[in-house]
Amino acid sequence: MIKQKVRVKTFQINGIDVTGRSDSTILEVAKEHDIHIPTLCYLEGLSCVGACRICLVEIKGSNKLIPACTGKIKEGMEVFTDTDRLHKHRKMILSMIFAERTHTCSVCVSNGHCELQDMSVELGMEHSQVPYLTNRFDIDASHERFVNDPNRCILCTRCVRVCDEVEGAHAWDLVDRGLDTRVIHDMDDPWVESESCTSCGKCVQVCPTGALSEKGVSATEMVKKKSLIVNLLEMRNRER
Amino acid sequence: MSNTKDNTIVIDPVTRIEGHAKITIDLDEQNRVDDARIHVTQYRGFEKICEGRPYTEMPAMTARTCGICPVSHLIASSKACDAILAVRPPKGGRNLRRIINLAQIVQSHALNFFHLSSPDFVYGMDADKADRNIFKMMQTHPEMAKEGIKLRAFGQKIIEELGGKRIHPTWIVPGGVSHTITEQMKQNILDQIPEAMAIAQKALRFFKENLPKFEKEIETFGNYDSLFMGLVNKKGNLEHYDGTLRFMDAQGNILEDGIDPRFYKDYIGEAVEEDSFLKSPYFKPLGYSKGMYRVGPLARLNVADACGTPLADRELEEFKALGKGKPVSNSFYYHYARLIEIIYGIERIEELLGEKQTLDENVRAHAGVNRNQGVGCSEAPRGTLFHDYSVDNNGIITGVNLIIATGNNNLAMNAGVKQVAQNFVDGSNVTDGALNRVEAVIRCFDPCLSCSTHALGIVSSRIELRNAKKETIKVIDRR
Repeated sequence: MIKQKVRVKTFQINGIDVTGRSDSTILEVAKEHDIHIPTLCYLEGLSCVGACRICLVEIKGSNKLIPACTGKIKEGMEVFTDTDRLHKHRKMILSMIFAERTHTCSVCVSNGHCELQDMSVELGMEHSQVPYLTNRFDIDASHERFVNDPNRCILCTRCVRVCDEVEGAHAWDLVDRGLDTRVIHDMDDPWVESESCTSCGKCVQVCPTGALSEKGVSATEMVKKKSLIVNLLEMRNRER
Repeated sequence: MSNTKDNTIVIDPVTRIEGHAKITIDLDEQNRVDDARIHVTQYRGFEKICEGRPYTEMPAMTARTCGICPVSHLIASSKACDAILAVRPPKGGRNLRRIINLAQIVQSHALNFFHLSSPDFVYGMDADKADRNIFKMMQTHPEMAKEGIKLRAFGQKIIEELGGKRIHPTWIVPGGVSHTITEQMKQNILDQIPEAMAIAQKALRFFKENLPKFEKEIETFGNYDSLFMGLVNKKGNLEHYDGTLRFMDAQGNILEDGIDPRFYKDYIGEAVEEDSFLKSPYFKPLGYSKGMYRVGPLARLNVADACGTPLADRELEEFKALGKGKPVSNSFYYHYARLIEIIYGIERIEELLGEKQTLDENVRAHAGVNRNQGVGCSEAPRGTLFHDYSVDNNGIITGVNLIIATGNNNLAMNAGVKQVAQNFVDGSNVTDGALNRVEAVIRCFDPCLSCSTHALGIVSSRIELRNAKKETIKVIDRR
């Protein structure tokens, strides 16, 4: 007898018949079938939170757009990943992410190696559709090896998730609301004073922008090890 | 072309400087020039923008003050960061920084001479202004125009070869440079040197041959007593990357020598004028206005005992003879000095590429914040450049002071504008040729106004003519 959790569901993405495990997300099934959906906060190996909304998809019969990274598949559903409506919304979302903080690429440590920058190229965003807010946040460079620049943070929470789910320290979390939201250590302590941080640096490696970087690197020099988490989890599973 | 409407004359277009400026010419009761001043009218606030950022971002950030000489800012900024780290980059890194700095000087000088100033030399100051531009040069003197473009490209290609791109490369970093160069890259540069040198020497010959045509300008183009400041090396020779500051007076007496640029504030004061965003630095011991000094190619050749390379030294000897035992004081000779510096730059690049350490693997020193303040000083094409940063213990910038090359020349440019206006402008009959000369004297200094005020600029200038009651009677907009 087939258990509920491994039941297979059949549906369509962009008119193509696809199948996936019943507990899969639309993004997972799309990936298995080599159908590209742009993502920003998603990182293989970490849980999905739908923070950035870049991976929005359309479902036939529903006026609501849903994030593919958290949207579960349903039998017979018809998903669209590449429509004019989605292009328009993704561009607007990206504009708002850029406008919310001060992402001056030219002087950024991650210039040329930045997922946010790459996304603007992929989505053809030439300028922001909304005015820049030019909010200014203090940089936390208190740690001996790392720097946290909230001015370049997109609040994807990859750092929060990797620290909690992979390192097991849960040193990072979010504070405040809306435009003022920041990722912080412990009770908003300076990084160097965080008692829960193990200084492993995984948060730096998974950060998609220049918000978290190694100390001492200059513009364009911060190249991150993007496959670190998948490799690490694979190794752990092998040991078991 | 000028249009008269009421008491306003508008002349449109074109002037050949980098940035946005206004000149006011004040007339007396007899319509003679009483005073003339240059006002720089933009503000960008780089010193403030940089506060709160990590020091590691400073080279890339301050380089954005300018698209013409970003390398100069990268050099001075990285040196300020070296001081914060309390490190001296390895010899290989220093040599590579020197090469890219000289390439920057060569390309910038070529831009000034060929693209901006040569139309004045070829067609004369009174030629139709529609003809005084590089495009006309391409029509009538295509070979010279092409050579100018080639010489500038020589410098730009070196910057690209070393730094990865021609404008705003990120290769120059705190502690040295980000990566070494290969034998092939070195050879690519060496291969271009013979042609670049031939062009530079030809331009210098052309300039010297044409000097007699500009006798009146030579006498009155910013020809006044002033101090001169520049970096010199341990031997007292021409220096663009490191070295110590030397101040010389108009008689050739050395007022101060061997000054570590770290202590620049003991010698340089910065006055703020009501009518300009450009500060007016002066030599502190002599006080404001009396302490007016000049920087840039003319000043560098005046203060240096020698260039230290054979061809440039031969030219320097001839150049120094113009001063008859004193420093060369005429700002028209900035052009002359610029051409000699191009020759020096090319010779020196070849020498540096020949040094074994230039290809050394070790090109960068790594360290954390070891000092809370750092001053970086180097010679930019237009003169001595200072970057002074304060940081907290985590390396976050708490204060910035920039003295940009053109800023150093502010008082001197004003003196030059006044002198030329008094000699060439007749208040009752303002000719285009006279106004061109007023602009041309500024062009001698090759100012980068957007850079000097760290201000956003468009290529434009404006001349206002005011009567004895300080009422504006003519506005000449040259954009």
